[in-house]
Amino acid sequence: MTKVLMRGNEAIGAAAIEAGCKYFFGYPITPQSELPEYMARELPKIGGIFLQAESEIAAINMVYGASGAGARVMTSSSSPGISLKQEGISYIAGAELPCLIVNIMRGGPGLGSIQPSQTDYFQATRGGGNGDYRVVVLAPSNIQELVDLVIEGFDIADQYRNPVMILGDGMIGQMMEPVEFKKPKPRDLPKKDWATTGTKGKRKPNIINSLYLEAEELEEHNKKLQAKYQAIKENEVKVESYNIENADVVIAAYGTTARIAKTAISQLEKEGYKVGLIRPITLWPYPYDEFEKINDKCKGILTVEMNTGQMVDDVKIAVKGKYPVHFYGRTGGMVPTPGEIVEKVKEIYGGEI
Amino acid sequence: MTVVFKKTKGLTDVQTHYCPGCTHGIVHRLVAEALEELGVLDETIGVAPVGCSVLAYNYFNCDMHEAAHGRAPAVATGIKRVRPENFVFTYQGDGDLASIGTAEIVHAAHRGEKISTIFINNAIYGMTGGQMAPTTLVGQKATTAPYGRDEKHCGKPIRIAEMLATIDGAKFVERVTVTSPAHVRKAKKAIKECFQVQLEGKGFGIVEVLSTCPTNWGLTPIEALKWLEDNMIPYYPLGNFKRPEEVE
Ligand SMILES: Cc1ncc(C[n+]2csc(CCOP(=O)(O)OP(=O)(O)O)c2C)c(N)n1
Ligand code: SF4
Repeated sequence: MTKVLMRGNEAIGAAAIEAGCKYFFGYPITPQSELPEYMARELPKIGGIFLQAESEIAAINMVYGASGAGARVMTSSSSPGISLKQEGISYIAGAELPCLIVNIMRGGPGLGSIQPSQTDYFQATRGGGNGDYRVVVLAPSNIQELVDLVIEGFDIADQYRNPVMILGDGMIGQMMEPVEFKKPKPRDLPKKDWATTGTKGKRKPNIINSLYLEAEELEEHNKKLQAKYQAIKENEVKVESYNIENADVVIAAYGTTARIAKTAISQLEKEGYKVGLIRPITLWPYPYDEFEKINDKCKGILTVEMNTGQMVDDVKIAVKGKYPVHFYGRTGGMVPTPGEIVEKVKEIYGGEI
Repeated sequence: MTVVFKKTKGLTDVQTHYCPGCTHGIVHRLVAEALEELGVLDETIGVAPVGCSVLAYNYFNCDMHEAAHGRAPAVATGIKRVRPENFVFTYQGDGDLASIGTAEIVHAAHRGEKISTIFINNAIYGMTGGQMAPTTLVGQKATTAPYGRDEKHCGKPIRIAEMLATIDGAKFVERVTVTSPAHVRKAKKAIKECFQVQLEGKGFGIVEVLSTCPTNWGLTPIEALKWLEDNMIPYYPLGNFKRPEEVE
């Protein structure tokens, strides 16, 4: 298959259509607007529907209805918009419906900035809406991976009947790279016999719902959800790691910062340093086990993010106190440079921090 | 023996949880009968709100989708866009539709979304225990308006039917009540006509039903019907505000 040069945001749209998504509900916000614009242009051509909702709240609830009616459906937004969608995400998770949600993160809190950031890590991986629920969070670090994860994300959502979030940032959304569209590994996807399609007089009514007024029933429902999340943890962890068996220092980074960390690592290697990388691709479920493979002589872990250290908690859980965990991050739309990371690694090497 | 009245297939055999004398139950029956009589029950997807009718999904004998507080019109939009061939309705209270979900209902109407809305205006928040609604009458007491609604403090009650009738995409708007057999018959007619508008693909339709909440009004069921007629109807006039122009 030939590769085509595509901008991140548009590549998401193309990948979604490739995956059979025909419905998009959204509301404009920078830096992801090229995606709804792409869908507005392309979906009508294939008999699909693009609808610009009056708000993010309405958009996610349209997704909720469309998914309940059995469709492959997606929405996208950026940080403040995702905050508004949290109510709906909680309902969709509670009602166990599949959908794809894209968050092209920008700086926060509040209105923040329109520059790239990774400040919604907590919100994405810990919930954000109410209740004990989880969303599968996929964090691509290049456009090919973005495309692959969007396509596979729909399958993951359908397989587990759960929302899946693509967590990117303004950089991933805006940059252009060549991509090809590949089929994901085939999965045994369950039939959507729960969907509200009209009974046609042939079956009992289907009810899409997340209300359980009896305490015992709600506990049962939560146990069922937790069992599902356990299965996701066992089957869906994705991680890339590099040289962690030999490294003296291991960098933990995802998405855009992982790309930059790779440049820093090759620079450091030229100078004779042994630096490894753990790049979580799924932020939830988190690849905790991968950190077990780090060699015993490792001097420390450096977590690099475009926030003030949100992933540090997960890295600490993963290393169980075996290695010191350091952090380097920039915020406000500032992207860490390879030079800054190199310097920080050298400080760890030199025992300065 | 001729059957004069029987239970509609549009309702399940589940006993409703509504308080004695509450008119939610009557409206459920009318909606269900309309679905059955129009022959669309098997094609219907209903959207239940948050409020006293939150369990409506257990009562209507068709596919149902529960929505977050106020969001039913957005959920219905998602369903209808995916399944334009199905009949889609929302059933919403006045807290749900006229407060938290005003944006959703206004915009669903504005887009001319081909859905139908049954709007229960009982001038109060029933489920949460009688707090003030945007529809609470001036001077009417509620738990969060213990001295009576003061229009200088929180404005006058909102008239949804009149407001939505100004929107082009809304093709059918009528206000009814169910306080007497004659009113019940009129309400049923309005609901059927409203549903017909969707079935003919004309656009959005809404029936506002003035309804009682004896429990939170602190009245007996009979007193509640009278209070509605004496106090609500003068402020919320009954009648049709809009129907599609007859096209020959
Ligand atoms: C986001 C959110 N806010 C508040 C509530 C609490 N709540 C439940 S029902 C209700 C009022 C419903 O009143 P109305 O829509 O008038 O219906 P009624 O109970 O009178 O039939 C409120 C405020 C909620 N469930 N969700
Ligand atoms: S609280 Fe009011 S609206 Fe709710 S069921 Fe009882 S009477 Fe009806």
